[in-house]
Amino acid sequence: MSGKRLDEATGTETTGHSWDGIEELNTPLPRWWLWTFYATIVWGIIYVILYPAWPLVSGATSGVLGWSTRGEVAEQIDAVNLSNAELIDSLTTTDLAVLPANEALHGFAIQAGASVFANNCSQCHGRGAAGVQAAGYPNLLDDDWLWGGTLDDIAQTVRHGIRNDEDLDARWSEMPAFGEMLEDEEITTLVAHVRSLSGLTEAPGTAGEELYLDNCASCHGDNGLGDRVVGAPNLTDAIWLYGGSAEDVEYTIRNARFGVMPPWQGRLGEAQVRAVAAYVHSLGGGEAQIGE
Amino acid sequence: MTDQPLFAAQEPIFPRKVRGTFRNLKWVVMIVTLGIYYLVPWIRWDRGPNLPDQAVLVDLAGRRFYFFWIEIWPHEFYFVAGLLIMAGLGLFLFTSALGRVWCGYTCPQTVWTDLFILTERWIEGDRNARVRLWKAKWDAHKWRLRLTKWVIWGLIGLATGGAWVFYFADAPTLLGDLVTGQAHPVAYTTMAILAFTTVLLGGFAREQVCIYMCPWPRIQGAMMDEGTLTVGYRDWRGEPRGKPRQNREGDCIDCMACVNVCPMGIDIREGQQMACITCALCIDACDEVMDKIGKPRGLIDYLALSDAPPDTLAERVAANPIGIRATGDASTIPAPGAPAPAPNASPVPILTRADIKGWKPQPVWKHILRPRTIFYTIAWALIGVALVVALFIRPEIDMTVAAVRNPTYVTLSDGTIRNAYDIRLRNKHGEARDFHLSLNSDEILRIVVEGRDDLVVPVPPDSTTRTRVYVQARPGDPAAGANRVDLRFWVEDLISQERAYVDTHFLGTESN
Ligand code: SF4
Ligand code: SF4
Repeated sequence: MSGKRLDEATGTETTGHSWDGIEELNTPLPRWWLWTFYATIVWGIIYVILYPAWPLVSGATSGVLGWSTRGEVAEQIDAVNLSNAELIDSLTTTDLAVLPANEALHGFAIQAGASVFANNCSQCHGRGAAGVQAAGYPNLLDDDWLWGGTLDDIAQTVRHGIRNDEDLDARWSEMPAFGEMLEDEEITTLVAHVRSLSGLTEAPGTAGEELYLDNCASCHGDNGLGDRVVGAPNLTDAIWLYGGSAEDVEYTIRNARFGVMPPWQGRLGEAQVRAVAAYVHSLGGGEAQIGE
Repeated sequence: MTDQPLFAAQEPIFPRKVRGTFRNLKWVVMIVTLGIYYLVPWIRWDRGPNLPDQAVLVDLAGRRFYFFWIEIWPHEFYFVAGLLIMAGLGLFLFTSALGRVWCGYTCPQTVWTDLFILTERWIEGDRNARVRLWKAKWDAHKWRLRLTKWVIWGLIGLATGGAWVFYFADAPTLLGDLVTGQAHPVAYTTMAILAFTTVLLGGFAREQVCIYMCPWPRIQGAMMDEGTLTVGYRDWRGEPRGKPRQNREGDCIDCMACVNVCPMGIDIREGQQMACITCALCIDACDEVMDKIGKPRGLIDYLALSDAPPDTLAERVAANPIGIRATGDASTIPAPGAPAPAPNASPVPILTRADIKGWKPQPVWKHILRPRTIFYTIAWALIGVALVVALFIRPEIDMTVAAVRNPTYVTLSDGTIRNAYDIRLRNKHGEARDFHLSLNSDEILRIVVEGRDDLVVPVPPDSTTRTRVYVQARPGDPAAGANRVDLRFWVEDLISQERAYVDTHFLGTESN
């Protein structure tokens, strides 16, 4: 206890610490502080016993209450689903043609669909749903639909997918690869003709038209307007799924393209399929139901 | 050598009853502040149908703050920030002029502690009785008094927590629900926590809160200077102290009245100290004593360090040359760091005790009106004026426009270039309103509201609606091929005809 002494002015004991000749008084803290400190230690021990606390190699001690943040989130999700059960139910059964008329249900479907889209669809179609042209993932924001753009059409596409082997109801069609059937010269003429349909270039004359009518018109139509029944693109509009440059079109004609989308009904369930269809329909290109 | 314990037991304090000007002032402040706290939630204010008719309401679920005719939305939180800054500056202002005057009169801790001491005195008697009771054995009598006191404290605590929750819900409805047990658990929990802390802090911890928990006494040192009026003891008049009839020169009769009334349990005659909350009760106590012994009042008084007579001040300057700077009439004292006076010059006038007793301090207004306080007042007022102006010029219509840039634009099948915008419209009225959207006169661009055939967005009462809006440029239009074109969205409230606009851009095919 050397170094401790009484301060003359106050009569208080000093700690023996001195800086620049200023000595620190050993003024005691209030006792309730000490008790509060002990209480926090007791609290800490109880907490460690009750709740997950101690990190282990893989995981942590679980605590006798069995509580976890993960479990709490799961509970909250269940609670939300339960409170939305009625909406989910009527979404599954409502005729999609009249869905937009039901404002509350439609709003719910779009909100829910946005998160379904973000989780499942954005990987290919992009966060903003603009697609990836180079890879042939269609832009869902425009008004061009290979297989139809009504709520029913979109829901059907989501449910069964496109050109996949898993779902017998998948939308299916296949363009032949003309690289083995046509001469190089013919392909060049055909490319020019196809591009002229949408005004990208001068029409190459009757040779191109003849080639087109012989090889392409059966699917894309005599005027190149396409056919939604077989998912044949409209060749006269400004939108090119795989690009509209001469090279892109030539590649398409030579090798054909074969875009695939998986069926989602097994993974998402009908309510989520419908929700995401409503969301995609609301992105600015949705078409009214036929006959509406 | 005595080994001090590291932790010391709390010294109980038994403040004695006191009468006087400052005590009365404290009663008035207590009645006014408690009155405001308990009654404000019950004031009604008619805002029309669908809107709450409580004058002051924090609607957490609806994210609104209602204050009489003012309604604050979350995006207007700067009003609250502004008020907090004003409260801070106000505290600086009062502290630099009057020390811990906030602590002494208006701080909730002080007000509730006063209330708790009042009930304590009512049940257990004044100081001497309480000291006796403290020392007494725990017999039936002591238990009865203590339990009565604690129950009443508990009720006060409950009323405190109860009043608090009324600010967050319709008070009459909530009161009914609370009584019938139907209120939300959050309300009961809040009440329980506040009741507990009120009793703990106001009933038991009291001065410990002001000394150990509150950061303000540590901060106040930066706000105060030698010109600040604080409660102080005129030692040059009171010392040397002594019992009456004894031989003594000073006016202090060492009656300990000032110590016994002090809720902080300190002796102000030891000088300015951190624990003093400037409640001035010791002034009242000492003035009473001075009246009795026929001496002038003001032995303990609101005074500033610079009010000390020169020779006392000179002693202090000598003891602590940096801490105290002479001002005013004491300017004969050399400023610290000034060259030492020539040996033959008379440095400090030596005053006799008679001179000192008649020493006239600086008038109070000189302590209050100082550059420092004037600066705080101006800063405080400027913010206040800015808030009031902001309140009156804030638009009734609120529109935000967020351009969707993922993707920057979309090509439609006919070659039209389309940009998307998310527009948020706020309707602050109690009924649904229709807002009409339009673009600046550039007729080449076309505007479309998603899901609608017209350009009208209906917004439900008292809410915000988000709408997706498209702006389209036809193929061949210069805007379609341009990089960016300036764009102005106009919105018009079809009922009030009020208009507002937001500027943004249209991006064409050249933009990437
Ligand atoms: S109340 Fe006044 S006279 Fe009595 S001890 Fe305090 S300062 Fe001295
Ligand atoms: S010393 Fe006087 S002013 Fe300070 S807290 Fe005690 S009674 Fe109040």
